[in-house]
Amino acid sequence: MDKLILGRYIPGDSMVHRLDPRTKLMASFYYIAIIFLANNWQSYLLMFVATMVMIMLSKVKLSFFLRGVRPMIWLIMFTVALQIFFTKGGHTYWSWGWLAITQFGLTNGAFIFMRFVLIIFISTLLTLTTQPLSLADAVESLLKPLRVIHVPVTELALVLQIALRFVPTLMDQTTKIMNAQRARGVDFGTGNLFQQMKAVVPLLIPLFVDSFGIAEDLATAMDARGYQGGDNRTKYRVLQYHRSDATAAIVMVALTGLLVFLRA
Amino acid sequence: MDITFDHVSFTYQAGTPFAGDGLKDISTTIKGGDYTAIIGHTGSGKSTLLQHLNALLKPTSGTVTIGDREITPETNNKNLKPLRQKVGMVFQFAENQLFEQTVERDIAFGPMNFGVPEKDAKALAAQMVKLVGLPDDILQQSPFDLSGGQMRRVAIAGVLAMQPEILVLDEPTAGLDPAGRLEMMTMFKKLHDEQGLTIVLVTHQMDDVADYADRVLVMEHGALVRQGTPREIFADPDWLRQKQLGLPKTTAFAERLQKLGFTFDQMPLTASELADDLMPQIGGGDRG
Amino acid sequence: MANAIDISHLKYSYPEATKPALNDVSFVVPAGEWWAIIGHNGSGKSTLAKNINGLLAPESGSVTVAGMPLTEQTVWDIRAKVGIVFQNPDNQFVGATVADDVAFGLENRAVPRDEMLTRVHDALVAVNMQDFATREPARLSGGQKQRVAIAGIVAQRPDIIILDEATSMLDPAGRLEIIDLIKQLRQQQSLTVLSITHDIDEAAGADHVLLLDDGQVKEIGTPAEIFQHGEALLQLGLDVPYPEKLKNALAKRGVHMPAGYLDEEGLAKALWTLHSTM
Repeated sequence: MDKLILGRYIPGDSMVHRLDPRTKLMASFYYIAIIFLANNWQSYLLMFVATMVMIMLSKVKLSFFLRGVRPMIWLIMFTVALQIFFTKGGHTYWSWGWLAITQFGLTNGAFIFMRFVLIIFISTLLTLTTQPLSLADAVESLLKPLRVIHVPVTELALVLQIALRFVPTLMDQTTKIMNAQRARGVDFGTGNLFQQMKAVVPLLIPLFVDSFGIAEDLATAMDARGYQGGDNRTKYRVLQYHRSDATAAIVMVALTGLLVFLRA
Repeated sequence: MDITFDHVSFTYQAGTPFAGDGLKDISTTIKGGDYTAIIGHTGSGKSTLLQHLNALLKPTSGTVTIGDREITPETNNKNLKPLRQKVGMVFQFAENQLFEQTVERDIAFGPMNFGVPEKDAKALAAQMVKLVGLPDDILQQSPFDLSGGQMRRVAIAGVLAMQPEILVLDEPTAGLDPAGRLEMMTMFKKLHDEQGLTIVLVTHQMDDVADYADRVLVMEHGALVRQGTPREIFADPDWLRQKQLGLPKTTAFAERLQKLGFTFDQMPLTASELADDLMPQIGGGDRG
Repeated sequence: MANAIDISHLKYSYPEATKPALNDVSFVVPAGEWWAIIGHNGSGKSTLAKNINGLLAPESGSVTVAGMPLTEQTVWDIRAKVGIVFQNPDNQFVGATVADDVAFGLENRAVPRDEMLTRVHDALVAVNMQDFATREPARLSGGQKQRVAIAGIVAQRPDIIILDEATSMLDPAGRLEIIDLIKQLRQQQSLTVLSITHDIDEAAGADHVLLLDDGQVKEIGTPAEIFQHGEALLQLGLDVPYPEKLKNALAKRGVHMPAGYLDEEGLAKALWTLHSTM
């Protein structure tokens, strides 16, 4: 569990941490979109430098980002290999039957590799510097217009918030139940697939039962505290744009201009 | 069968919510046949210590010897089953471990994992249901249709069915009503006295320590700060208060009487001990 | 003073149950009093709590809370007047952080945000958790979580607070922490307290104890009156008070102490009198 970097929050007080989560969410999507505009060395170099600057501003160690790439490495390598072997054009360095390594193949492979790494770095940056709860708030706020077409945005946001709040509780419960069943002779994670699946039953059923118990208790507590659903509620936690959010937007626009200028 | 801790330390991985309350250089022996109580306030490392008793956790340094099996930081996770069968664990809110369709199958689950044939395991289930004071006809019911107290008993029966030599109890009576608590503690006492089961009890109830235990381990910040008989431990009320651990009701009341002018050769631990001590001092000695 | 709770001939049955969980329950709690409700597990204590704020709808009989008869129209107003602290500290924590959780009830009642900020802060100060406002529940102890639950209730400025075995999952330190807090809040905010409990110390501090048995009110009395039941209390869902245990041990040895319930101080004095007249 500790190895999972994507989705983990590293507390901090950097410029990036302090940005409004809506800004970060929109900027990340926008940035990922414009990465696809890059199509030559100059434009990729620009995006690479820009990403590195953002990472430095976040004051999170680079090793966290590299670890974020690790679980994806096989997918990246596979895609890069496809590009290298199947792109024709330019000088041919090596060929064997219908396989060939060409000049265009190598550049395309390198570009694809860059694209993957940059996308992973940027999404990692978003989750490392933004609390899941703030992200949920951002999603709620950005989806608000959908209320017009009767999407229950407020309720969905509350569901998301409660789900996030109970993740540690359920993880804790999972450890406890696993310990209890191991003490009764269950081996988790050993044996063949069938044995492993069988071992999961004594874990999953108590977890389900427990979750239903929590849900029932929680519903009662929410009822007792006057929760009636709907949009007729006020909000304690509100999001507010600051000057730095405007700066971030201007940087994005400037970056796009430069990128268009540099691309072939 | 004894369990011996030799300079055992344990550190949780940094960054987990438990980081901090590991174990620090613990050396002690839990003797076969004893009734040992472990006390210490929440976060003192009691639960971590418990998980070393059947190798759910392995020490970061030092050695735990469980019967004839040595557990060191290098021990691999294979072949721990024989050991787990010998050390039965009843965790807090043990009813949370129930999962089978019937009470019988849930109780038989443990023994069958340790290689007991289904027929024998079911016979064990029938026997254990009786032992924990539940009616026979409960065997074919779903454990999820029972009351909380009954579910707890089924879970305990499931651990007893493994026929362990050592029974480890982590606050086994939490959440039960007083009558249920008393019944359960009496049941463990019987298992200890009649079947010779070694018992390790983690509790916050000093009265239970005074009433049942032969030996007490006191934990604080992951270290074993004192060990001895209940009488030795409770002889030092100021030290216990400083550790925020409290006294058995009798001992606390005896302290109050001491201030009035009563005298005690040693601090009494139970109501009947105190009554004995009081008899000669309130003019009842000749009637005793 | 007015009555905080007035219940008359209340009956409630769970669907598919063969007999009612509450039957012909009547009692009146004057405003400002502390009542302990005791009874063994399954005697209907929690069902009673849920009938008081309309989480369950009575089958027959009437419930009047803070002068308002409980009906479909008044149920939300009554819930604003009655706060319940439930047993499991984790399962009633709705917010992602301490402050969010305290605010939850206020958000539900559409309290304007400016007012909400002060009320949340004041409530956290009242339970001495102001330094924890941004903490997540996973990093709090059981006692601290219950404090937060109480702050959530205090923020709504209720008249009545119900503790539904709120201390039963806590360690002794956590239990005392919560009992002391409730005692203190009750004075500051003139609350009526109803505590459903198995804890003898909690019951001993009450003005009145209501003994529930199989869904019926078996007895209402002062703690001293109820504690006279001695060893029979165990079957009624309460521990035997320590002085009773010692009196019994002495009685077995032929020493008979004065009849009637003695608290620890009373018993110590009685023993000292015997000692002095020896």
